[in-house]
Parts: sequence; C-alpha cells; structure tokens
Amino acid sequence: MIHMKDVWKTYPNGVMAINGINVDIDKGEFVYVVGPSGAGKSTFIKMMYREEKPTRGDIIINRNNLVKVKERHIPYIRRNIGVIFQDFKLLPNLSVYENVAFAMEVIEESKSNIRRRVMKVLEIVRLKNKARFFPHEISGGEQQRVAIARAIVNNPSVLIADEPTGNLDPETSWEIMHILEEINERGTTIVMATHNKEIVNTLRKRVIAIEDGRIARDEVKGDYGYER
Amino acid sequence: MKGRSLARHIKEGGKNIVRNGWMTFASISAVTVMLFVVGAFLLLIMNVNHFAKSLEEDVEVRVFIDITATGDQQEELLTELESLEGVENVEFVPKEEGLDTLIESLGEQGDIFETLRDENPLNDVFVVQAEDPQETDLIALDIEELPHVENVEYGKDIFDQLFTATDLIRTVGLILILGLMFTAMFLIANTIKLTIIARKREIQIMKLVGATNGFIRWPFFVEGLLLGVLGAVVPVTILSYGYASFYNSIGVQTGLDFFQFLPTTPLVFQMGSLLMAIGAFVGIWGSMMSVRKFLRV
Repeated sequence: MIHMKDVWKTYPNGVMAINGINVDIDKGEFVYVVGPSGAGKSTFIKMMYREEKPTRGDIIINRNNLVKVKERHIPYIRRNIGVIFQDFKLLPNLSVYENVAFAMEVIEESKSNIRRRVMKVLEIVRLKNKARFFPHEISGGEQQRVAIARAIVNNPSVLIADEPTGNLDPETSWEIMHILEEINERGTTIVMATHNKEIVNTLRKRVIAIEDGRIARDEVKGDYGYER
Repeated sequence: MKGRSLARHIKEGGKNIVRNGWMTFASISAVTVMLFVVGAFLLLIMNVNHFAKSLEEDVEVRVFIDITATGDQQEELLTELESLEGVENVEFVPKEEGLDTLIESLGEQGDIFETLRDENPLNDVFVVQAEDPQETDLIALDIEELPHVENVEYGKDIFDQLFTATDLIRTVGLILILGLMFTAMFLIANTIKLTIIARKREIQIMKLVGATNGFIRWPFFVEGLLLGVLGAVVPVTILSYGYASFYNSIGVQTGLDFFQFLPTTPLVFQMGSLLMAIGAFVGIWGSMMSVRKFLRV
C-alpha cells in the first residue's frame, strides 16, 4: 500500500528533516506516528500526500511513485488520499453540507452523486442533523468530523491525519478516534501523527516513532513511549 | 470541462469581481482609459488612412508634350508610356481641353484667356496614372527620360508629408497604447492576486482534495475576462455615439470630395469589437500572469 524506500529530505535552508527512512504500511493498517516536536514527524506526513517532495528515495502509494510522478498527475493521486489537520481547514462561509460537497464539486462529480455520497458520509461522522449549520455554529469536535467527512467523501484508500485531536479536549478526542476506527474497519488505511499519549496507549495500534529524521522504533501494538 | 463546472466558474469569477470592490474598480478604470485612448487613435488613424487612400487615387503624372512633336511622334510617346512598368492608364488631354479647364477653374477672371483661343500657349498633355500611387515618383523619373517630353509634373510632395504625418500618429499612438496596456495588465494582475490571497485557504483545500490546476484557474480566467470586457463597455459606447454625432453634424459635409470621413457603420462596429477583444486579451493575460505563480505545487 505505502512503501518508503531510503527517503531523505533536506530543506533548502539546510535543515535535514528526514535521514533515510524505510517503511512499509499494508492495506487496512492503522498506524500512529509519534516523536518529539521537530523530529521530522510533520515532514514524514507531508511527504505522504506530496505536500513535500523527498530529496532522495521513493515513496510509492497504490503503485504510484510520488517522487517521480508528473506535476499534472498529482491531483489524480491526491483524490486517493484523504487528509485531515489539527486546525480542520474548513471554509467558514460554507455550510457543513457544502464543505463536504466542495471536495466532490472540485473534481467535477455529478450533483446527484454528490448529494447521495455527502449524506452518507455525514451519517458516518454522525452529523446528518447538522448539515445546514456553518462551521462557527458547531463545536470543535464536530468541525473535525466535518473535516473527516470531507477527507473520506471521495473514497480514498488512505486517510492521513496530522494531529487530528491536537485542538480537542479528551472526551471529544475519543469521539474522533472512534470515528477513525470505524473508517479503518471499512478498509481505509490510516496514518495518524499524534502527541496524544493516552490515545496511543489505550487504543493499541502499530506505532512508528521518529527521532532525528530516522525511525527509532516500529512496533505492532506499541505504546507512546515518551513522557508528556 | 463539464457544463455544470462552467456555470460554477462563471459564478465564482463574478463573485470575485464584487468581492474585490475598489481594486475591481481601479482595474476596470485602467482598462477604460487605455481602451478610450486606443479607440480614439483607432478612429483617427482609420480616417487619416482613408484620406490618404482617396488622395492617392488622384495622384497622376502630367506629361507635357513638346510643342514641336508631330502627331506620329505623339503616338510613339503614347505607346512608350503605356509600355512602361507600373503604369495603369494613360489619358490624352489636348491643349484645347486644357485651356477650357483652366478658364473654367478661374471663373470670371478666366475670360481674359479667351483671347488665347487662337494661339494656345499650352501643351498637349498625357495624364499617367500609376498602378501603385507610392511609385508615382519613380515613374515620373522614367518618363522624363523619354523623347518629346518637355516637362513632367506630379503632386508627390503632398503625399510625402501626408505619409509622414500618418506614420507619426501611428507611432505615437502605438507607444501610448502599449504603455497603457501594460498599466492595465499590471493592475488586473494585482486585482486577481488579491482574489487569490483572499481565497488561499480555498485553493489549498481544492489542491488537497485533488482539483486540477485547470479547474482552479478557471474562475480567475473568468474574472480577468470580465474585468477586461467591462472596461471596454464605456469607451466603446462613448466613442461610438461620439463618432456618430460628429459624423452626422460635420463629417458628411466637408465640401471637399477627397476629404471624406468614414461613415459611422461599419467603422464603430469594427472599432467596438477590436476594443472588446483587446480588453478581453489584457484581462485574461493579467489574470493568468498572477495565477501562474500561485499554482506551482
């Protein structure tokens, strides 16, 4: 599903963020990516949806090499990778329904398809009754659920989450985790960067720890391993 | 691109025009001023060209035949003139006819020349018309070399002056137009840049969920096009009505048959569609200039 082969990333300012990483993630896996701030976690995540391009090495997702792919094919690859963020990145002047539909409109789906599919994903994230609300009218947890709905509405095979619970209280964080687990059970591969020790240690999954741009630890059903 | 997307792009582009209020106003004004000058120069140049053309058609070489030449020699000269390269047409004007024209053109004062009827001092004349009026002077030089030609006259000087004036108007117009065009384009590029900054988040999300660059670019294309075309409306309207009323009041009755203004139609339609096209081009170019920078992944 996701293969990283000898990946290196040096930023133009000389910062060496990733120093030779090899990883294989299979279809349907749920993986936590942990590590101290500034250890390269963020770069690792960003390279997966081609926000950053490695300086060296190969990243292959669904048989597409993200390093060698032509610029104009990137949009089509992104359609197969959903992304959610700590700050949700919703459009404030669109309703919940419109925010989710937006992801389908911009890839030119038909109106009837959009309607059917958006209502379905809003049901998955349990927001069907808030479809007409605007982002500022709902809670942070609900906003993140809208973002999740938007990320999965085009049926990606991978969902990448960059600190999805970073801005949420513990109870709401668990809500989000249950939804992510549910999505994972439907067959979507999930890669989640997180600082949330409680979640990692309770909902046991594969843990990849990144330190100094290298993989320090890679354990099935591992624990968070850092104090904080 | 699919139909419903087109509707969406047009809606988005229109929304941006409204959202950017003052910058939209500034860009449209720049296009308006630019096109106003372009249009005015266009009307001027087209009319000057028209005058030049109609004057050119009157350009002819008057070949004064040596008084001593016999009828045969005149025939010989005629054949030679007709065989010259670049000559379109040769007309014989006998001296009697020449005198008639002279007397007529002088009106009452011409009567004194009536006494000359018996010993006409004028020459018989061949009037030679060139195929290309611009080559009149070359043909005149050739004719001077021929036998039995006493003198050659042609009105090239006026033309040289006229063409210098036309060229000057064209050059000044072109420089002014290019300068204004770049100003307008720069302002449009800046307006679109504001739109892009205002919609940065939206564009970021569009890219994340896999919208193609082409899709992202369309609304800005529409916005640039609208800015350019809207900027053309005012100058096209003012110049068209202005020219029509000018033509109706003075244009038709200059009293000189070689000094005629071009009629309102189709001139204003040609001018109007050209201005619209230039406006659209400037708008689209300005818009694409600023989008290109932002779309690099």
